[in-house]
Amino acid sequence: MNEYNFGYLDEHTKRIIRRSLLKAVSIPGYQVPFPGREMPMPYGWGTGGIQVTASVIGHNDCLKVIDQGADDTTNAVSIRNFFKRVCGIKTTEKTSEASIIQTRHRIPETALRAGQILVYQVPIPEPLRFIEPRETETRTMHAMQEYGVMHLKLYEDIAQFGHISTAYAYPVRVNGRYIMDPSPIPKFDNPKMHQMPALQLFGAGREKRIYAVPPYTDVVSLDFEDHPFEIQQWDESCALCGSEVSFLDEMITDNEGSRLYLCSDSEYCATRTEIMQEGAA
Amino acid sequence: MYVAVKGGEQAILAAHKRLAEKRRGTLDEKPLTIKQIRQQLPYAVDRVMIEGSLYDPQLAALSIKQAAGDLIEAIFLLRAFRTTLERFCDSQPLDTGKMRIERRISAAFKDVPGGQVLGPTFDYTHRLLDFSLLDEEEGADNDNDSGDFEPEKINSEILKTEKEDDVEDFTHVLKNMSAEGLVENHVSEQQQPSSDITQQPMQFPVDRSTRLQALARGDEGFLLALGYSTQRGYGRTHPFAGEIRIGQVDLVIEPEELGFQIDIGEITLSECEMINQFKGTKKIKPMFTRGYGLAFGHSERKAMSMALIDRALRGKEFNEDFGSPAQDEEFVLSHVDSVESVGFVSHLKLPHYVDFQSELELIRKIRKEQDESTEANVESAA
Repeated sequence: MNEYNFGYLDEHTKRIIRRSLLKAVSIPGYQVPFPGREMPMPYGWGTGGIQVTASVIGHNDCLKVIDQGADDTTNAVSIRNFFKRVCGIKTTEKTSEASIIQTRHRIPETALRAGQILVYQVPIPEPLRFIEPRETETRTMHAMQEYGVMHLKLYEDIAQFGHISTAYAYPVRVNGRYIMDPSPIPKFDNPKMHQMPALQLFGAGREKRIYAVPPYTDVVSLDFEDHPFEIQQWDESCALCGSEVSFLDEMITDNEGSRLYLCSDSEYCATRTEIMQEGAA
Repeated sequence: MYVAVKGGEQAILAAHKRLAEKRRGTLDEKPLTIKQIRQQLPYAVDRVMIEGSLYDPQLAALSIKQAAGDLIEAIFLLRAFRTTLERFCDSQPLDTGKMRIERRISAAFKDVPGGQVLGPTFDYTHRLLDFSLLDEEEGADNDNDSGDFEPEKINSEILKTEKEDDVEDFTHVLKNMSAEGLVENHVSEQQQPSSDITQQPMQFPVDRSTRLQALARGDEGFLLALGYSTQRGYGRTHPFAGEIRIGQVDLVIEPEELGFQIDIGEITLSECEMINQFKGTKKIKPMFTRGYGLAFGHSERKAMSMALIDRALRGKEFNEDFGSPAQDEEFVLSHVDSVESVGFVSHLKLPHYVDFQSELELIRKIRKEQDESTEANVESAA
């Protein structure tokens, strides 16, 4: 595909994005505006993540793309094929093999190591957006650390439901300073962000914002002393690999409403299943 | 044993194949040519060019063909191409005062220097289906004997004024009024070229030039509806169509290394200047203010809507009551771009299993706890 540059974006644009990324890494959790480009996929389908990946990817990189934890979800397939086409680089499904992992809505179950980059696709980068729709207001709120409203919202949940009713995109405080939207990952994944050895980059294409969490940075989910942060738990275990510690997707298997639980991280599940089968053989 | 659903890759390939078939239709028909689209669907081409932000009728027509007539999809295709282009030079400001006029009307004055020129317009046509087009013969002349398409008769001056020598006759209608001080001077305080919204992200609040850039590539339907809302009392601006002109304008560049100007071609533009009431303040005398709209090609509806919104968004400059959607810069500019809106609406089709699972788990938990506490209450009452 010679009509387009390596990674689709022109080098000038990549440089602009990398500069924004450097700023983002220097101020963990701060949303850096960047001149987002139209991409050949629709906004909301990962254009922010794709632009970040396109700006940091090189000939020697090995890319993994997941959506909902799985490599085989249609949009993950589509983004992986896009990078194969415009970069001609190696791709993988193995979390441990990848140098860059682009994700939508999950963090892999397998712990990431230093040197890896996790690129999140972000729909709404502003954690305060649903409390205050105006950018001019939220920018000031971040600058002044006026985060009382966020705690108030969580408190109102507890007063009404007895629980914090945010199950995904659960707000975190990064490096003791900025409140950040972790993207719509389930809160189950939030603890993985804390002190992660890998670099975490976040790209919001439509909203034209980039932010980052450098390796080994504190990422704390907001909570209260008497209502500590807690993650989802299942009574069931994975029907394929038997995992009791991974995030499980629920499948409806017939019209009588029978249900089955499977790991949302397909690569984690497949690797465990293989090992079990080898052990049995 | 249950095996998780796989095969996204094959499904995508199959879907692409179905789409290709859908686009091509029956093979009994010859494929549509790009020339046919450019020649016979010019308004579609113009809309795709302005919202795609690229003046290229050939590629706009290609986008329409590839998108099988879905104009918003075509706009998206063209944008995704445009974004990869190198920006080698800024043009000189366009001089629409020297436009070679195809159409020019003012609703504020009965007659204006240069005259009213209807040009090609759907205005005053009777919207009756022309059944003769069902089976149009090749090479048939396009004389419409209903008498609707006879602009020359309505204004006999056109033939005369179309000559190059008479171009100066088409002075902007508002120019004379602003000389008298009745209309605000259209040269804004902002002499510096504004930042390019495709190179610098918009940061609210933005200046008028930035707003106009965003409106120019904005979705026509959205602008039309918002413009209409100002006429119905939501941010009223008392507009008059001061002037609408459509025609060709020269595009001039001045490369830094050369230091002189080069005419690199002409583009067709639709320009609209609205005149709006302004009551004045203690310091400023009452006068008319302006709303401005500009679009590629024959895009009059777009230019008019844009001019209405431009004026509505200037409310703060004139201390006008605030609170209607069309006056709200963040609301309008954050939602005006069809490529952005379509993308985010359509992303709801992507799987959200994980998020949904998370909410399911939470709701079950809360419901279970409520059931238990109800049971406990019943027991303690009994």
